[in-house]
Amino acid sequence: MTTPTEENPETERWELRLYVAGQTVNSVKALDNLKKLCEKHMAGQYHIEVIDLILNPKLARGDQIIAVPTLVRKLPVPVRKIIGDLSNTERVLVGLDLRPRR
Amino acid sequence: MESQNERNREIAKCPSGIGGLDEMTCGGLPRGRSTLVCGSAGSGKTLLAMEFIVRGARDFNEPGVFMAFEETEDDLTKNFSSLGFDLPDLVRRDKMVLDYVYIERSEIEEAGDYDLEGLFIRLGSAIDTIGAKRVAIDSLEAIFASLPNEAILRAELRRLFRWLKEKGVTAVITGEQGEKTLSRHGLEEYVSDCVIFLDHRLINQMATRRLRIVKYRGSSHRTNEYPTLIDEGGLSVLPISSLGLDYGVSKERISTGINQLDAMFGGLGYYRGSSVLVSGTAGTGKSSIAAAFSDAACRRGERCLYLAFEESPGQIIRNMASIGFDLDPWVSNKLLFFHAARPTVFGLEQHLVMIHNLTDKIRPAVVVMDPVTNLTSIGDTAEITSMLTRVIDYLKMQGITALFTSLTPGGSPTDEQTDVAISSLMDTWLLLRNAESCGSRKRLLQILKSRGMAHSSQVCEFELGDRGISLITAKNTGKRNFL
Repeated sequence: MTTPTEENPETERWELRLYVAGQTVNSVKALDNLKKLCEKHMAGQYHIEVIDLILNPKLARGDQIIAVPTLVRKLPVPVRKIIGDLSNTERVLVGLDLRPRR
Repeated sequence: MESQNERNREIAKCPSGIGGLDEMTCGGLPRGRSTLVCGSAGSGKTLLAMEFIVRGARDFNEPGVFMAFEETEDDLTKNFSSLGFDLPDLVRRDKMVLDYVYIERSEIEEAGDYDLEGLFIRLGSAIDTIGAKRVAIDSLEAIFASLPNEAILRAELRRLFRWLKEKGVTAVITGEQGEKTLSRHGLEEYVSDCVIFLDHRLINQMATRRLRIVKYRGSSHRTNEYPTLIDEGGLSVLPISSLGLDYGVSKERISTGINQLDAMFGGLGYYRGSSVLVSGTAGTGKSSIAAAFSDAACRRGERCLYLAFEESPGQIIRNMASIGFDLDPWVSNKLLFFHAARPTVFGLEQHLVMIHNLTDKIRPAVVVMDPVTNLTSIGDTAEITSMLTRVIDYLKMQGITALFTSLTPGGSPTDEQTDVAISSLMDTWLLLRNAESCGSRKRLLQILKSRGMAHSSQVCEFELGDRGISLITAKNTGKRNFL
């Protein structure tokens, strides 16, 4: 929700989109987990857009969503997808390329 | 009212529109339920699912959603345009939604608990957009390869089938054949109403397709395996057991195309709707007798279907022109239809389905199969006899007169096994042979049998000239005994 800071030229801008279906336990948890993680690893460089498929069912097709919650990393490219309530922080970091894949 | 109750006891049916399948299922797939279609790769699962949607949208005014996991919208559109299915047009007219679901395992990371509500919403939105009555999911099992957590998937699939039922749509779900189970991931466990199995195997190096209804809860259905054909008209199944011996018989007679031969049948020719066998060794004139018969049918303005198993139509037309039968105009006037196919292009049963389909399409008065013995390259005598029985029964039910030629190998002409086996199915049997006398070869013809009519027992010589076939009977040869 902030522009890249100038003191760090390496900074990237993170465009994240979280697909949920209503206020379910999983979707509330996922958003919670995501916010915490972003604050810790990309503070000031990220933007989260939450899409509720119940309100916008047609949007499921665009990003090829079948599981919810699904987190889509739109930026930086390439696009990455992480499914689940994001409770497994290690896996989320791997999925976002913040940790090397094993 | 009583019949209404009678009908209610059987569950409501949703016609698939696929030739033969609705007959097998006594009306179609269970309406408002899910049907599982499983089979190996290339067995025609996608085709069945797509035909169910397209024919539903086109012929029964029931819009449908086709959810594809394996082929993209573009691929499906291209593949099905060859069957005359204009998918983009159906999509434009809101008769159909084509949705390709792309999930790539390597691009997905799993981090915690999830469900497939996205899929439900996506499918639900597609259904609601066009008011779909039908849904096809091809193939649902692809989901197992794409998402890692099998426990979640199983719970969600159970929920999906319940949800489809609540939606009131009739669904076709396809699944890959498993090693010990019908579908690789045991989908049959979730779909309890109707399961169809498509088989695709090699018999004598011949690709043979069969369809079987494994179960159909609450409905009577045919339980055998039925031959299935995929051709330019799509999928068709042939439930043959509806045939029997209760066809009407005709007293009408039709010309053989040769005056003197008509004379040998009391001056009238064959019975309409009967089956005629013309057998003989190579070069005895079997195809000429067949051509005369086809020519005569066309002269009467009747349609003739000529199934050529040995020669190409062009070759037959050329050869028959040399003995005075000009068949070309009949072809242009759409009275004579050639269908040339090497017997080995597919199995016997596929030939049977093909003959069935062609007959339905062309509606001929006479059918010629030349020669049936070429089929021995793809089946043994018992199989050919069984297939010809079905062909003959089917043609007789339609009142179609059929002429079969049969090639007997050299040597004694009458004890060839195939001839004997199929001759019992025939009403009339003409035997042709060559005889040498006075330093030349002569063609001889005799009627071995002709059920239900007086016929000549003479052996007569016949000649192929440029003005047709002429017979020389003992009577008109005068004193000369040519044998």
